[in-house]
Amino acid sequence: MTLASLFAQADGGVNVAQNVGFYIIAAGMLWAAFRVVSTKNVVHAALWLVVVLGGIAAQYILAAAEFVAISQVLVYIGAVMVLFLFGIMLTRATIGADTDVFNKGWAVGIPVALLVFGVLAYVTIDFTEDSLLVDPTEEQIAATTTAISDGYLGPYLVPLIAVSFVLLAAAIGAIVLARKD
Amino acid sequence: MIQLAIEIPYWGQSLLRVLGGLVAVLLPAGTIVYLFLFKMMSFMQSRLGPMEAGPYGSLQLVAEVGKWMQKEDLAPEAADKSIFKIAPLVVLVSTFLLVVVIPFGPDALFTDFEVGIFYGLAVASISVLGILIAGWASANKYSLLGGLRAAGQLIAYELPMVLAVVGVVIQAGSMNLQQIVVAQNTYEIFGLDWIGMPFVITQCVGFVIFMIAVQAELTQPPFDMPIAESELVSGYMTEYSGFRFLIFFIGEFATAGVFAFLASILFLGGWGIPFAWFGWTDLDSVDNWMNVVGPVIMLTKMMLLTGIIMWVRFSYPRFREDQLQTFAWKVLIPVSILNIAVTAILKVAV
Repeated sequence: MTLASLFAQADGGVNVAQNVGFYIIAAGMLWAAFRVVSTKNVVHAALWLVVVLGGIAAQYILAAAEFVAISQVLVYIGAVMVLFLFGIMLTRATIGADTDVFNKGWAVGIPVALLVFGVLAYVTIDFTEDSLLVDPTEEQIAATTTAISDGYLGPYLVPLIAVSFVLLAAAIGAIVLARKD
Repeated sequence: MIQLAIEIPYWGQSLLRVLGGLVAVLLPAGTIVYLFLFKMMSFMQSRLGPMEAGPYGSLQLVAEVGKWMQKEDLAPEAADKSIFKIAPLVVLVSTFLLVVVIPFGPDALFTDFEVGIFYGLAVASISVLGILIAGWASANKYSLLGGLRAAGQLIAYELPMVLAVVGVVIQAGSMNLQQIVVAQNTYEIFGLDWIGMPFVITQCVGFVIFMIAVQAELTQPPFDMPIAESELVSGYMTEYSGFRFLIFFIGEFATAGVFAFLASILFLGGWGIPFAWFGWTDLDSVDNWMNVVGPVIMLTKMMLLTGIIMWVRFSYPRFREDQLQTFAWKVLIPVSILNIAVTAILKVAV
């Protein structure tokens, strides 16, 4: 969609600033994602990943999904990435370029990445059928958090418990594997 | 909510909000440093503290900032220069992001965020990243150890902090900080409507846990293992000097002030006074003058809480690393989960 056609639709419920913001953030995320795999320093790669994840949170905010956006920051940036960095720094965290960061078969990853991108893009476009998201009202934004909690404790209670059970099993498994005695 | 006599354009409002945010972060930081770090600490140690610059040394901070600003911006030879330079800014940005959700009056707020407290806890966790990469980028074993200790400690104490807040959220029935303030000033205890219900009464366990967690999040004594000067020189801050050290320094005390703001909203009734005093019923009926009185009330409560934080800081010796971790995982987290369970049961039952 070109910018001109975007402005032409500005009256039809399309938020121009939101769309422009989307593409700017998306471009930044693409660059950061490229740097994650191309940088020669493991810690730098992790920090570029932080930029990508922060970009996703910003996209959620643009899509008026506040709760999901903040969960993204709390879980991925505040916890997962800190654990990543923590782990890297405890094991190997050389300053400057590492010599053996690139896997020999890195080229195999390209078709896999393209395939995943294709499937996701197809599903997303097929699912939304070219329809445009309308600007949500204040009330709709306010109701999302309540709707999420109602969903979790109502129809999706069993899947939630199942997922938390899997996580618990994974945590116990990790402890069992790590214990020496 | 209010009808202003003059209409301020959007850019003007944004400018005012940015200025307000700067004041809300830097004013408490300066006051805390002078009043508590310079004067209260000296008083507790039977000395006068700074006395030369200005009356009673009140301009000492200006002199110190001037000194730091003049220093050369040094980075160690082996350091990862760009990361080394970004790290303090990440810590300070996290503080500025935190102040955004804090309401200072019925309309004196930066943004009315529906999931305000959740946002606050999320952005507070970003500072860990800054500390971790500061420790790593210094290319120094002391710094790296300090950074790792800080990360381990901040992760451990973030959990009880989040869990302590959950009790308040359950009781107020909202994550919006403005709604939490309204709830505390409109709820009644035994039908007495003139005292309101600051959650420090009903959530006293949560309040104590929250304040302990704040102390640990600020890496202040008794939780200052990450910068333990007797073994790690100065931890992750070892290599920093000049204005980058100043940014860490401001970040530490500004965060103390902002967390105290947050605690006074969650537990002490925030900017509000019991609404029944003036016959207000909800947020919309609160008089306009609360926009002026509210920030004063908030500042008073903030000074009270930072006073307690600093008092503890100057009084207690440092925890050992294992004691520190055990305390978080085996004492604070179980107690705060129990607190949530009891609060939830009472909320449903009563």
